[in-house]
Amino acid sequence: MIALTVNGKKKSYRGAPFARLIDVLREAFRLTGTKEGCGEGECGACTVLLDGEPVNSCLIPVCQAAGRKVETVESLGTPEKLSKLQQGFLDCAGAQCGICTPGMLMSAHAHLKKCGGKADDASVRTALAGNLCRCTGYQHIVDSVLSAARKTAKRGKKA
Amino acid sequence: MPDMANVGKNTPRREGPEKLTGRALYLDDHAVPGCWHGVTVRSSVPHGRIKAIRFDPGFPWGECAIVTAKDIPGKNLVTLIETDQPLLADGLVRHREEPIVLIAHPDRATAYAAAKRVTIDYEPLPAAFTIADSLAVRAKIFKDDNVFKSYLVQKGDLEKGFALADVVVEGEYSVPAQEQAYIENNAIAAWEEDGVMVVTGSLQCPYYVVKALKVLLGRDEKHVRVIQTVTGGGFGGKEEYPSMIAGHAALLTLKCGHPVKIVYDRHEDMAATTKRHPAIVRQKVGLKKDGTLVAQDIEVLMDGGAYATLSSVVLSRGTLHAAGAYECPNVRIRSKVVATNTPPNGAFRGFGAPQTLFAAELHWEKISDALGIDSLALKRKNLFKIGSVTSTGQILRESVGAAECLEIAVKRSNYAAKRKEYDRWNKNPKNPTWRGIGLSVCHHGAGFTGSGEVYLASRAGVALTKDGRLFVLAASTEIGQGTNTMFAQVAADALGMPFDWFTVETPDTHKVPDSGPTVASRTTMVVGGLVQRAALELKCALEAEHGRVPKTSADLKKAAAALCGELPARRFEVEYEKPPEVVWDDATYKGDAYGAYSYAAFVADLEIDKTTFEVRVRKVTTAQDIGKAIHPLFAEGQIIGGSTQGLGWALLEEPVYKDGVMINSQLTNYVIPTSLDTPPFDVTVVEKPYSRGPFGAKGVGELPMDVPGPAVAAAVKHATGKLIPTLPVTPERIAEALK
Repeated sequence: MIALTVNGKKKSYRGAPFARLIDVLREAFRLTGTKEGCGEGECGACTVLLDGEPVNSCLIPVCQAAGRKVETVESLGTPEKLSKLQQGFLDCAGAQCGICTPGMLMSAHAHLKKCGGKADDASVRTALAGNLCRCTGYQHIVDSVLSAARKTAKRGKKA
Repeated sequence: MPDMANVGKNTPRREGPEKLTGRALYLDDHAVPGCWHGVTVRSSVPHGRIKAIRFDPGFPWGECAIVTAKDIPGKNLVTLIETDQPLLADGLVRHREEPIVLIAHPDRATAYAAAKRVTIDYEPLPAAFTIADSLAVRAKIFKDDNVFKSYLVQKGDLEKGFALADVVVEGEYSVPAQEQAYIENNAIAAWEEDGVMVVTGSLQCPYYVVKALKVLLGRDEKHVRVIQTVTGGGFGGKEEYPSMIAGHAALLTLKCGHPVKIVYDRHEDMAATTKRHPAIVRQKVGLKKDGTLVAQDIEVLMDGGAYATLSSVVLSRGTLHAAGAYECPNVRIRSKVVATNTPPNGAFRGFGAPQTLFAAELHWEKISDALGIDSLALKRKNLFKIGSVTSTGQILRESVGAAECLEIAVKRSNYAAKRKEYDRWNKNPKNPTWRGIGLSVCHHGAGFTGSGEVYLASRAGVALTKDGRLFVLAASTEIGQGTNTMFAQVAADALGMPFDWFTVETPDTHKVPDSGPTVASRTTMVVGGLVQRAALELKCALEAEHGRVPKTSADLKKAAAALCGELPARRFEVEYEKPPEVVWDDATYKGDAYGAYSYAAFVADLEIDKTTFEVRVRKVTTAQDIGKAIHPLFAEGQIIGGSTQGLGWALLEEPVYKDGVMINSQLTNYVIPTSLDTPPFDVTVVEKPYSRGPFGAKGVGELPMDVPGPAVAAAVKHATGKLIPTLPVTPERIAEALK
């Protein structure tokens, strides 16, 4: 049995230890927000956070996540109460077809946690360089992340 | 003017919250109870006769469903335009990766394992891999000459035109295939429900799938139902190929009696499905000394792959755009699309126009050298304006924003000053880079070519239910471009009602009328126009039968009761009506090729590393006339996203074929732009309203794909002094040119 924490909840997996983390999340745990685009770590659609660091869940065997914390897009907000980052994507049209969006959000979320309000165009582009989007040309995604960063910074000052 | 509380506003994306929280269900996210997994055994030779299909006797085949051509209840066809493409190869394969055998198993891994235990023996036949091979009939693929389709456009008197010319400039240009590279691979599920074949999945054109399934299964429309799921990108790549996969899934579900899912992996999707048509374009252009165009003789050759699919219409659009956005009194355009033993090419954003416009635009740089006149001045002199007559004799009566786009892009990019500045920069041998700035200006016809919209006779509607709910009914699919949001905006403003009152119905062929395919930059201009008209019919009914258009939800409920009576709902459906001034003759290829054209100007500002020859685009400035932006932010998203695909085609993307199959069928070695490859964009939306478009709107989807290629190649020419007539402009090609 492999024990891991997914979105704050303790989970256990009884199956092949080398099953891909993406398959375990999507099929065993029914967390289908994480998407597969290429299956070889190029497109980033399957990005989740492993102990806070973005990883391609199509390249991670589930045994490597044993005892560790996994965060997926389902950990952010809900349609009724979007997170600041998700709200930024809604306001700035950062999602079009939406298939890269969960991975994009997780990479951006990790980036904002690290640098918060200090994020700028160049740092966001670097942080998202492993996430392919074929719809937007990235500018509205960068705008979305920076809009969330500004809100985080503002709130930070007030607090 | 109509009241516009919604049109022109940046309303949040309708399905945005679901997409942003991982709750939007794409095909593979749907738990389909009892579902089996389908896989496809494909040909491993480019052309050959199937001698035997052998199943490894050591494999438990009893657990699998197996389908070959003989299991097809109707016709073995992927119904589209021609009737040449079988759903499963029967006796003969004409390209690598052609489907031959289908297998389904309850366990996905076992299904894949089973596919490997099938061996197919072939008698190989000679193969044609290039346009030249095809024209020489190195292999017979389609009829006697391998020509799927040819066109001839003629205007004026070509001979007289060249006789008037002071200078004649010739050039040959070539562009490669391109992979759509939507991030969600193709995926379809099928099952039977009360004698109805239900097919659902990632697709652009639900009624194309219905049409194909009817023929394949020998059923009527009532017994075939197609429902779109949330779709992770299309770009043309999910226009026609889903009909193939839907047929496969349908046959497997009939065979095994369980629902069947077919989800391609990236390699299969890239290697087997359609691409942009590679093309060769020859330009011969005559001009007066002052730069006035007097003759254009253009030849277009496209590679259609092994089956006709949409090649005839791709070629049509390419042909109709081949002369560029310029007026010339004497024109001849000859075009052909030919068959090769490669997987069929098909729809991709731009649909033939980016190929021919690349040649038309870049050729101005060659003309500029021949005449000693700056290409910008030459373009200004000849560019379309109101009253211009196109190569097909179409008089441009309204909504021509070409010059305005050009001047905005030139000004905002500081084009003239940068050209001089970079000339100085490039003279200094100490600088580590060469810099260049190049521009292009293109037109793109919105809607179907010629009489296409008349044949389609698209329908869309608005419904009011008895309990006071409002629905927009159309088969146009949301594939990221914003259809769900835009249709609700159009309907709301046509009726003067709040946006939130409208639900855009899921494209389900048992619920929505046939609005035609979601292609050709037609969703806003054509189908949006139908939605507007349907909404106005509802408005008339409300005024007549309820005395007013409701302003409150309580009054809407009363109105619904008044209008519906005993009926569950009232539907107001309208059909496309050809504007009387649009006249087109398919036989002569003369007349109004499109109701309206959108226009774009694009300036690429780039630098090239002198050591590695890497090209870095520093900035893009673009202005695009789309009539009216129903949703300005989404329109900008189309412009930036489409242009980025164009930059990919210009600089990075090239499917590499060996023995008729794409060998770089992975995102690892087929490289598309990342956030670091993509420059900042300065976008100006120009709005020259089109009187027949909803609120003045024209098309926006494809136009942005046309402009980057020629602008980048022109900028590379400015930077290096070399005109590279082939895309992509890779470091290798630059090194070769500078040798």
